[in-house]
Amino acid sequence: MLKPDSKQFKVIKAGLFLLACVPFLRLFIFAYLDQLGANPLEAITRNTGDWTLYLLCITLSITPLRRITGWTWLIALRRMMGLFTFFYASLHFLAFLWFDHFFDVQAMLLDVVKRPFIAMGFATFLLLLPLAITSTNSMMRKLGKRWKTLHQLIYLIIIMGLLHFWWMRAGKQNFAQPLLITVIALVLLGSRLMTWWQNRNKAVSY
Amino acid sequence: MKNHSFRFQEPAPSEITPQSIATARRQFLQQLAIGTMTASSLSHSAWAENVTSTKPLSARPNMIYTAKDKPTSFTDASTYNNFYEFGMDKSDPAITAKALKTHPWTVQIDGEIKKPLTLDIDSLLKLAPLEERLYRLRCVEGWSMVIPWVGFSFSELIRKVEPTGNAKYVEFTTLADPKQMPGVGSRVLNWPYTEGLRIDEANHPLTMLVMGMYGQTLTNQNGAPVRIIVPWKYGFKSAKSLVRIRFTEKPPITAWNRSAPEEYGFYANVNPEVDHPRWSQATERRIGEDGLFNKKRATMMFNGYPEVASLYSGMNLRKFY
Repeated sequence: MLKPDSKQFKVIKAGLFLLACVPFLRLFIFAYLDQLGANPLEAITRNTGDWTLYLLCITLSITPLRRITGWTWLIALRRMMGLFTFFYASLHFLAFLWFDHFFDVQAMLLDVVKRPFIAMGFATFLLLLPLAITSTNSMMRKLGKRWKTLHQLIYLIIIMGLLHFWWMRAGKQNFAQPLLITVIALVLLGSRLMTWWQNRNKAVSY
Repeated sequence: MKNHSFRFQEPAPSEITPQSIATARRQFLQQLAIGTMTASSLSHSAWAENVTSTKPLSARPNMIYTAKDKPTSFTDASTYNNFYEFGMDKSDPAITAKALKTHPWTVQIDGEIKKPLTLDIDSLLKLAPLEERLYRLRCVEGWSMVIPWVGFSFSELIRKVEPTGNAKYVEFTTLADPKQMPGVGSRVLNWPYTEGLRIDEANHPLTMLVMGMYGQTLTNQNGAPVRIIVPWKYGFKSAKSLVRIRFTEKPPITAWNRSAPEEYGFYANVNPEVDHPRWSQATERRIGEDGLFNKKRATMMFNGYPEVASLYSGMNLRKFY
């Protein structure tokens, strides 16, 4: 069984950190080189949205992966991936506020209340906030059992994030990408249901 | 809201980056970015092939129809295209449309006309003197460009075919050849792509039959060899790569209207006051200009072509969107 010592673990974590920075750096460099196409701002908005969902799936895959492989140390990477999800979600929101509304908060809020798909995206971002804020060790200690309950919000978040994505694509019926992410999310959520079911049966057989 | 007016100094032709230089520059950066700069890719690139497939097309500038806006670069106009027959991503058509055979090409013109005929592209080019017009193009998605088209008023063709009294509408049909168009296999729209205009809209001098852009024949991804351009309507009304023009008594069924009627109307006039169900149409992002350091600009009624307003007098444009 793969079990890195603390030094090896540090290397793995640093490598993952750098890897998670790649999409951001890529956007930065491509924007500078004028390689984001004719509508670079739209490309940034879409790409940060895509990566929010990808990282959300990666975050959610850690627990089932740990269960399958028995690599308990994986769990120590989950917080970092969750925070990267929040990072890309923040960039996505910033792109919307900046490129679409040029920091006119009132106009932005008007857009949010008027358009259901944007409202859904905005609400999803708001739900990520408490999770990011309570991600520290001291907050975990302070919240005790309630921490776990609060962080189960992640299941709602991925469903809402996917709805936002489907809705955005609805008019043009361009569903290949949302479908792919939805299938992945369903597998990840399904694995939890399965665990829950197995644990329940175990409890009964006692 | 601050009004970003369109009072740009009209650029002298010398100020517009020549297409070959812009293309070469873009190509250089592209290769730099993906790290594939090799001797062979410098001499022979896909890009160069694509550009040389167009031919120069001389035309007289029509100064009345030359917008005061700054023209969009040829590179942007030919790499950011909605042409679903060639794929759903805006960068797809520039790559997948290369294989489209645009010569020989014929357009069938029929329906409620006294002189039905089939014209090949060479006779279409000679039907009337070619003009160059600089038109704004506003996409329903909220972005816009300014493109120098080459062609002539569609009314020139209408005059030649002599519509009967029953001709109330004109239907435009785009080629739908699954062998040449990879997107035609998808079920995104009902192929072929059809669009339509009321006969008085089609007869308006602004409505243009287009065979070229930027002084060249059309690139395939922009609708080669012949398309329609209706500058006061959202871009999807301006059908590309036409194979048939039919004059009808009843309103033609149009592709996007059939697909999502609550989002895309038959008229589809550019109107900042009537929102798309999922986004505002009050503002637009001018490709190559707007966004990072300024607000999106205000969208103008009829895309800044107020002369067409009389076509719709008495109509509720909220209902007939």
